[in-house]
Amino acid sequence: MSELRFTEDHEWLRVEADGSVTVGITAYAQNALGDVVYVQLPELQQYDKGAEASTVESVKAASGVYMPLAGEVVAVNEGLNDNPELVNEDPLGEGWFFRFKPADMSEVHALLDQDAYDRLLKANDDA
Amino acid sequence: MSETLHKTPLHALHLELGARMVPFAGYDMPVQYPLGVLKEHLHTREQAGLFDVSHMGQIILRGNDAAKALETLVPVDIIDLPVGMQRYAMFTNAEGGILDDLMVANLGDDTLFLVVNAACKEQDLAHLRQHIGSRCEIQPLFEERALLALQGPAAVKVLERLAPAVAKMTFMQFQPVQLLGADCYVSRSGYTGEDGFEISVPADKAEALARRLLAEPEVQPIGLGARDSLRLEAGLCLYGHDMDTTTTPIEASLLWAISKVRRADGARAGGFPGADTVFAQQQSGVARKRVGLLPQERTPVREGAQIVDATGKVVGEVCSGGFGPTLGAPVTMGYVDNEHTTLDTALFAMVRGKQVAMKVSKMPFVAQRYYRG
Repeated sequence: MSELRFTEDHEWLRVEADGSVTVGITAYAQNALGDVVYVQLPELQQYDKGAEASTVESVKAASGVYMPLAGEVVAVNEGLNDNPELVNEDPLGEGWFFRFKPADMSEVHALLDQDAYDRLLKANDDA
Repeated sequence: MSETLHKTPLHALHLELGARMVPFAGYDMPVQYPLGVLKEHLHTREQAGLFDVSHMGQIILRGNDAAKALETLVPVDIIDLPVGMQRYAMFTNAEGGILDDLMVANLGDDTLFLVVNAACKEQDLAHLRQHIGSRCEIQPLFEERALLALQGPAAVKVLERLAPAVAKMTFMQFQPVQLLGADCYVSRSGYTGEDGFEISVPADKAEALARRLLAEPEVQPIGLGARDSLRLEAGLCLYGHDMDTTTTPIEASLLWAISKVRRADGARAGGFPGADTVFAQQQSGVARKRVGLLPQERTPVREGAQIVDATGKVVGEVCSGGFGPTLGAPVTMGYVDNEHTTLDTALFAMVRGKQVAMKVSKMPFVAQRYYRG
């Protein structure tokens, strides 16, 4: 069990027992995107921090999902191929995108925690 | 910035309904409601959807020379357009390019009723005034009238509760109708491929009418997002994307909209801007043409994507594309070089550096269900 971390691009990260990190997009992000109709999942390979590893397509537009940290993608959520709507229905659960092994695990903990992310959302709302 | 956007008479209602608003053609418009684009799309095909399209321009032309005058600007038969009928048309420029597309209805008493695109309406009005302003009265109704579209298989059932006469109308018929005591113009037409109506209503009566229609159990409010996916599945062009001043009606695959009587061998051949170019293209073909394209994968292929052939050579560009909720698959239109326009030709779109296989396909992608009586 591990608490979630977040990026300013509205991705969430969760450290798993095996040391891999699961990545998805937040409830806020899926709501902003609208109905997801396709997810292009990453390849099982090394990505740099900030690389566009995945793309999520709503009815209207395509949006990049970026590597929150450098690392190697070790698993992708094949369930999204047939059911991309899982991203909308269960963004923090069945709607996960991929798992990766970060090059430097300590960087995960330097990301936003729940409080910091909630403050970010509030600031966006007020803007 | 939002202060500079225009608002339709239904703006407050959109906010009350929880719409997500976006700037569109200078208006603050609902792109979707809480139902979401996907469900709004499907609901329209299954029941009925109500669209606010009040941003579009409504213009009256009046005078015994109006039809003849308008024919000098469009390649369409206006003179013999029967009273109570509407027809699709486009303004062409001297090169045969498309300035805008529009609907023209004959109201009788030497009066024509035009509906033009929101983004083009000021320019269309100037175009009309410049070229035919001396031959007929031109009256823009931009502020006075709202425009609602009620679309879907249940649309007739809903609207006949307010005005039984509308049930007798057939596709492209147009008539004055009283709705809740308001003087409306109703046409049996739309932009979704479904049976349905477009309703021109005085601006101050629009909200009451919209609320009444939304109170019917079959009706949901539908935003611009689903309007786009519905028209795309129906194979209908969106001005500024699928055609513009650099494309002619022939290139846009709109030859069907050029009335026989206005064609090269017709009784009133030509006489519209760019006729020579259009006729030459009709005679000897065009270098590129708008076609339907069905991606063979789930990846939506969107506007601007390059189209290549099997050798990787660029042979065209996507003009509209997205996901078709009724089809459950992506749908695309593109301009491709003439030698690749045959049905079932295999082509590829470049999406994020990868080739997505596509097939040239007939349009509409989803069968149109107009009511023809």
